[in-house]
Amino acid sequence: MSHPAVDLSLLKPYLENVAHRGRTMLLPALHYAQSLYGWLPREVQVEISHALRVPQADIHGVIEFYTMLYNEPTAKKVIRVCEDSACSLGGCHELMQAIETQLGLRPGETAADGQITYEHVPCLGMCELAPAALNGERPAANLSPDAVPAFLEGRYPEAQGNSYGEPRHLLARVGKVDPTSLNDYRAHGGYIGLTNALQMTPEQVIEMAEKTGIVGRGGAMFPTGRKWRFTRGAPGTPAEKHIVINADESEPGTFKDRYLLEDDPFSVIEAATLAGYAVGAENGWIFVRGEYPRAFHRLTHAVEQARAAGYLGREIMGQPGFHFDIEVRLGAGAYICGEETALFEAIEGKRGFPRIKPPFPTTHGLFYQPTVINNVETMVAVLVAFNLGVEEWLKLGTAQSPGTKLFCLSGNIAKPGLYELPFGLTVREIIEMAGGVPGNKKVQAVLMGGAAGVFIGPDKLDTRLTYEDTRQANIPLGSGVIMVFDETADLRQAMYELARFFAHESCGKCFPCQLGTQRQLELLDHIAHNGGAKPTDKQTLLDVGFTMTETSLCGLGQTAASAIVSAIHLWPELVTAEG
Amino acid sequence: MSDTVTLTIDGREVTVPKEMTILDAAATIGIDIPVICYHPHLTANGLCRVCSVDAGWRVQAAACVTQVADGLKVETRSEDVCRGRKTILELLASTVNLEEAPEILALLEEYGADTERFAGSEKRTAPVYDDNPFYLRDYNQCINCWRCVQVCAEDAQYVFALSYDGRGFHTQIGTFMGDGMMDTTCVFCGQCVGACPTGALKPKRQALLEQGYDPDSIFEQTRRKRRPQNKAE
Ligand SMILES: Cc1cc2nc3c(=O)[nH]c(=O)nc-3n(C[C@H](O)[C@H](O)[C@H](O)COP(=O)(O)O)c2cc1C
Ligand code: SF4
Ligand code: SF4
Ligand code: FES
Repeated sequence: MSHPAVDLSLLKPYLENVAHRGRTMLLPALHYAQSLYGWLPREVQVEISHALRVPQADIHGVIEFYTMLYNEPTAKKVIRVCEDSACSLGGCHELMQAIETQLGLRPGETAADGQITYEHVPCLGMCELAPAALNGERPAANLSPDAVPAFLEGRYPEAQGNSYGEPRHLLARVGKVDPTSLNDYRAHGGYIGLTNALQMTPEQVIEMAEKTGIVGRGGAMFPTGRKWRFTRGAPGTPAEKHIVINADESEPGTFKDRYLLEDDPFSVIEAATLAGYAVGAENGWIFVRGEYPRAFHRLTHAVEQARAAGYLGREIMGQPGFHFDIEVRLGAGAYICGEETALFEAIEGKRGFPRIKPPFPTTHGLFYQPTVINNVETMVAVLVAFNLGVEEWLKLGTAQSPGTKLFCLSGNIAKPGLYELPFGLTVREIIEMAGGVPGNKKVQAVLMGGAAGVFIGPDKLDTRLTYEDTRQANIPLGSGVIMVFDETADLRQAMYELARFFAHESCGKCFPCQLGTQRQLELLDHIAHNGGAKPTDKQTLLDVGFTMTETSLCGLGQTAASAIVSAIHLWPELVTAEG
Repeated sequence: MSDTVTLTIDGREVTVPKEMTILDAAATIGIDIPVICYHPHLTANGLCRVCSVDAGWRVQAAACVTQVADGLKVETRSEDVCRGRKTILELLASTVNLEEAPEILALLEEYGADTERFAGSEKRTAPVYDDNPFYLRDYNQCINCWRCVQVCAEDAQYVFALSYDGRGFHTQIGTFMGDGMMDTTCVFCGQCVGACPTGALKPKRQALLEQGYDPDSIFEQTRRKRRPQNKAE
């Protein structure tokens, strides 16, 4: 396709500045170039290839991998409408109809004047605000077909979150402070946790982190203190070690980290700094999903403020020998980059292919150097414990699951939102706290833990949400997702949507997931939309599910059938009955 | 610390160096674990997963990239292992043309794979690229084993002509912006053609011989293609 000549002089000064860092600057450079030109024409790619010394074929491969990078003419303004589970329950199909009619575009198309591109996209991490969409960088909530003209013209208030719960520790400042102000942060208890930590030796800080009983909030539930200890003990100087905050939050149903990133960004920075002190690591990274531009800007701003005030950089808070700084990175549309090793690859400027483990990140992480990678909530939970004192923290929750947890409530629920609650409440209690199911309807199913979790039926609603109880009941707490489907919801459609998500997000590295997610999608598409199940479908779905779970290379493929297989076991008629 | 470990594979004890993979350890006692993507001279990436075995862990382990450990009990042909293997083979057969991949055809047979199981599902298709005088690229036969990409890059040539298009099911081997091989950094060393296990990459001469051309006309055809004035064809 022909296009007007590209003015490379706009790009060159940027590239001159970053060229010495090489390939790790690839995603930032592509983002920057795309902000200039709207997309990435050939000559721009060639220029970046020369500057960063990355083979042209590899640049092509990277752009092809990330859905928010374009090597075909695309408008600077992209309208992205979420098509996943919660937004589907919330009415995104009517919304899409209205947008398509008004724009005269089908998903994936760019208007003839080149001013607007329209897309249906996977979960935007705004499930509690369904149906949700992005107009360029501006998030929009609870869109109805009537609101479409204002939405498309940008005349709407930016989406604001809904957070609830008691006691609020992780969310103490959310909604109460100005997220752009370091002074406000400090006036509301900021930098107390780090000050407390700096009174101790790094060894003591790690011991205390272990005492908090905090395990990873990103899904894998690994004890956080132990992870820090391993990395501290790994060979390497502080300059060769990394603290990475995983802010890729892209699993349908999950939106908890967004609140911390957007509304309390300094807490994330302080928490990373604390970890840097404990582990003896000088390099901090926060990797934010591409669909969270607001979080990215607020974090970037907060990092600059913290650095200017001496909270990042050399000899932090006057502590001799304690150096730590943070680089904020923006993803570009790939759920798989939440997988820790795929995230490292993304920072290194590659396609987000997960690596084979072992070796583990604690010894071979980012740039194959010792790395702690933690979820946003995990990090902030540790900070909170240092703020409160471990004694106080341990009084919250249960003996085996101390503290509070963020729960993401969405779907058919009266008050969807983010709930900070101590461990130990039952699913039913939390649903009731969130106002129950609207219209006096009954709960048909609840998706627990996220797209990679499981469905439960009404008989399991009295399960207590602690690590010990959910392990017993075989329900993953995952990222704290509780998505409610009322008695009128179409569960075949829900299964189809989950299958579509995983097929879209499979990285394509290993065969079982690359091929299995596609076949799972085709079978469920047929079952949900094209005349119901064939007699063989159930067994085929179970075999594909088993094979992905058992033989896939990474957690994506290993959980891509989890919710679907759980539904088949609970409600076999969904995949056996015709029509 | 000892440099060897002792483990049990299919009920038989074996003592091997501790860095060995399960795949190699099994081979020392004549147990043959099937492989597709694995090649002894290339970096193993654990892609195809047909080498998956039961090592008593949470999920199965890909034998080609998993190190042995002391006391490990490995089952290479349990019911579960065969269930996964058969399904991977069925998935593969429903996606690409395996006619010229004899090793994979033999595995389909051995594991009783039902090649019609996913009949009617989407195949991974592509045009046949005939863009250089040396080899053809028919990605309808490509299984995404990455060998060509690897030999073109760090595993051998450091030429970096090949990468990927798309992702997930729709991943295909590709070049910069889809350029023909003559416009890439390709040096026509032929390493990729030699490494390709499925006939997706095929010497042009062989392809033309198969199509019934005689050597003289093949020489004519492939020679003419090199003339610059015909490059735009
Ligand atoms: C496909 C996939 C996506 C993931 N996405 C995220 C994510 O968005 N955020 C996150 O913290 N962890 C995610 N994880 C888990 C990470 O790999 C890793 O376990 C986690 O960041 C460790 O932090 P934690 O111990 O604090 O939970 C994902 C894992 C997989 C397999
Ligand atoms: S399981 Fe899926 S996402 Fe993970 S490596 Fe394999 S193809 Fe990629
Ligand atoms: S073209 Fe051949 S070598 Fe390359 S990935 Fe495909 S099957 Fe493997
Ligand atoms: S041979 Fe082990 S994954 Fe392919």
